[in-house]
Amino acid sequence: MTKSRLTQFAVAALTVVAMVIGFGMGSFPASAKEKIKVGFIGPLSGGTSSNGLGGRNSADLAVRLRNADPKAKYSYELLVQDDECKPNIGVQAATKFGANKNVIAAATHYCSAVAISTVDVYHKFGLPIIVWGAVLPDITYGNTYKEVHRVNGTMINQNETAAKFMRGLGYKTWAIIHDTTDYGKGHDKYFTKNLEANGGKILSRFGVTSDQQDFSAELTKIKSMNPDVLYFGGLTPIGIRIRAQMEKLGVKAQFQGTSGIVSDTFIEGAGPLAEGVVAFREGAPTEKLPGGKFFLEQYAKQGYKDPPEAYGAFAFTAMSLILDTIEAVGPDRKKVRKALNKVSGSNAADSITGKVDFDDHGQNTIAVITKYVVQDSKWTVWEDSAYAAGKRKLKGM
Amino acid sequence: MDIGLFAQYVMNGLMLGMMYALVAVGFTLFFGVMDIINFSHGDVLMVGAFGGLATYLGLTFLGVENPWVQLAAAFAVATSAMALMGALIGKFLVLPLKKAPPLNTLLITLMLGTVLRETIRLFYPRGANPQRFPSLLPTDAYSFGNFTLRVDNMMLLAAGLLAIIGIHLLINRTKLGLAIRAVAQDEDTAKTMGINFTLIVLVTFAIGSGLAAFAGILHGLYYSEVNFGMGLLLGVIGFSSAIVGGLGNIYGAIIGGFLFAALQTLGVLAMPFASAYKDVFAFGVIILIMAWRPTGLISEKISERV
Repeated sequence: MTKSRLTQFAVAALTVVAMVIGFGMGSFPASAKEKIKVGFIGPLSGGTSSNGLGGRNSADLAVRLRNADPKAKYSYELLVQDDECKPNIGVQAATKFGANKNVIAAATHYCSAVAISTVDVYHKFGLPIIVWGAVLPDITYGNTYKEVHRVNGTMINQNETAAKFMRGLGYKTWAIIHDTTDYGKGHDKYFTKNLEANGGKILSRFGVTSDQQDFSAELTKIKSMNPDVLYFGGLTPIGIRIRAQMEKLGVKAQFQGTSGIVSDTFIEGAGPLAEGVVAFREGAPTEKLPGGKFFLEQYAKQGYKDPPEAYGAFAFTAMSLILDTIEAVGPDRKKVRKALNKVSGSNAADSITGKVDFDDHGQNTIAVITKYVVQDSKWTVWEDSAYAAGKRKLKGM
Repeated sequence: MDIGLFAQYVMNGLMLGMMYALVAVGFTLFFGVMDIINFSHGDVLMVGAFGGLATYLGLTFLGVENPWVQLAAAFAVATSAMALMGALIGKFLVLPLKKAPPLNTLLITLMLGTVLRETIRLFYPRGANPQRFPSLLPTDAYSFGNFTLRVDNMMLLAAGLLAIIGIHLLINRTKLGLAIRAVAQDEDTAKTMGINFTLIVLVTFAIGSGLAAFAGILHGLYYSEVNFGMGLLLGVIGFSSAIVGGLGNIYGAIIGGFLFAALQTLGVLAMPFASAYKDVFAFGVIILIMAWRPTGLISEKISERV
């Protein structure tokens, strides 16, 4: 009896001591600033880990810069989870953050398949998030969740830019070849919509399988209609075949691709025929972004081991926006969610990637899309190319 | 439809049909002598095309720039290498299974096809990506309205037709051809007549596989691109063409090849709104023809099924 009493007493005493010490330690920084937790999820291992690590570092950079700012009301701690670019792991990571009420908001996901499967989790737990890299439209447009936002563009924005740009060059008529996967069909749908809204005309449209070899029948038909531009919504392998076969059949149209062909493989495969091909992609080379120089400088100062990669700047923007919002409305999920949803129109936020203006679905409508043209066997940003300077001409110009 | 456009469709169909016919003839040769289906045939074609490409790259590396020399070397190396490989396939994979159920041969060649495909994908430098095939033929083109006549396409078509005619002459006008036909008709009788059965089988495999390599290079020259997966669908289409024409009959294979190409072209023309289904359309018609003529359009003179 006495022995166990003694033990109980000892335990109680120790607990009190521990609590006193604990509070003491805890209250020391709290006396300066309240510590707020924010989250980051991305693929930190596996095939796309370079993008995930770059995103993680960029989000970390946003937190470090904020903590170094004497005017900040709170002090922030970044919690990091690895989604491995796998939907099931991503859902676990999302649930961890969702269930941890101390996490006020998070910047999440590079992989579309992961992002689309986690949006329900965020909605269920009421955790406001900003997607920093995944491009599938349905992540924002497939639901009405107020928790879900995205700072980077989608194939919708890509095709909007593509249609406006090509119309702006003076092209009038198009033929479309797209593969029949979700990717190709999505491109066909959004390009058609935007092109028609901009007064372009589509003469014919062909769906093809993503492993088709021979396009002579489709291209002969297209040739007889003589469009100004051949729009291709699909990936590199059949993009190469179509470009090569256009030449053999004497199709004179300008070749316009999507993000799916912006790869060195396309140029290797198409050889000299790649010259003058135009394509569009979400995001931009970081140094081309409005605040790209500032971002890269700060990033270099921190001495991270991995480069920021293409989407690092967007992770930085997402995290900065979260921190700005917490600063403004306080560390409360509901308030942060509401405030994020109001980031639109005249209330649009400035960021290193340009303005952030969310629509009803939390999608940034001022998305960065970069126009590319192949010049001397390199994908060159349009504005820097000899084509934009007028030294070379696209077909039919 | 104007004449130029029609001519262009006919030209496209002929090129495609010639390619299918070359593959189908291989299937028919193998079936003729051994009663087997060699499902690795399409992939042998692909390896042949890569062999031709590698030869070209090697010669360029050595400083040989003359396109005709490169072309001749590519054809020579690829066809002889594939002929040798065909003979090896015959000797080590097909002949030992002669007494086994035909399903085993079918399976083993199917698996060999996968091995060939994956080997190129994994071990050819950057083999998972499409590879650019050089234009070694003159690329002059003449336009007649909607019809573009290219010199290289005419040469490819001529080369393909010559190959088919050559095979026809070989089978019907030479002693070797006589022996092949004898083995195809009745193995035991052929043996008693003093024909070396094993040799004839191996030679037939060599001819069929060399023909596949030939077709592979034509394919590469025509499309300016080769990739590790190109043999898969070509194999299936070649096989279907051989079947619909009448397996074991060379004319049947040729007719089948051109028929399939015509159906694919027609599929896009007739249903522009559903061009993704052109293969479905073509294979669908093939199914109907097979239901109508189970032994093919030209059935074997001596049917073994009776």
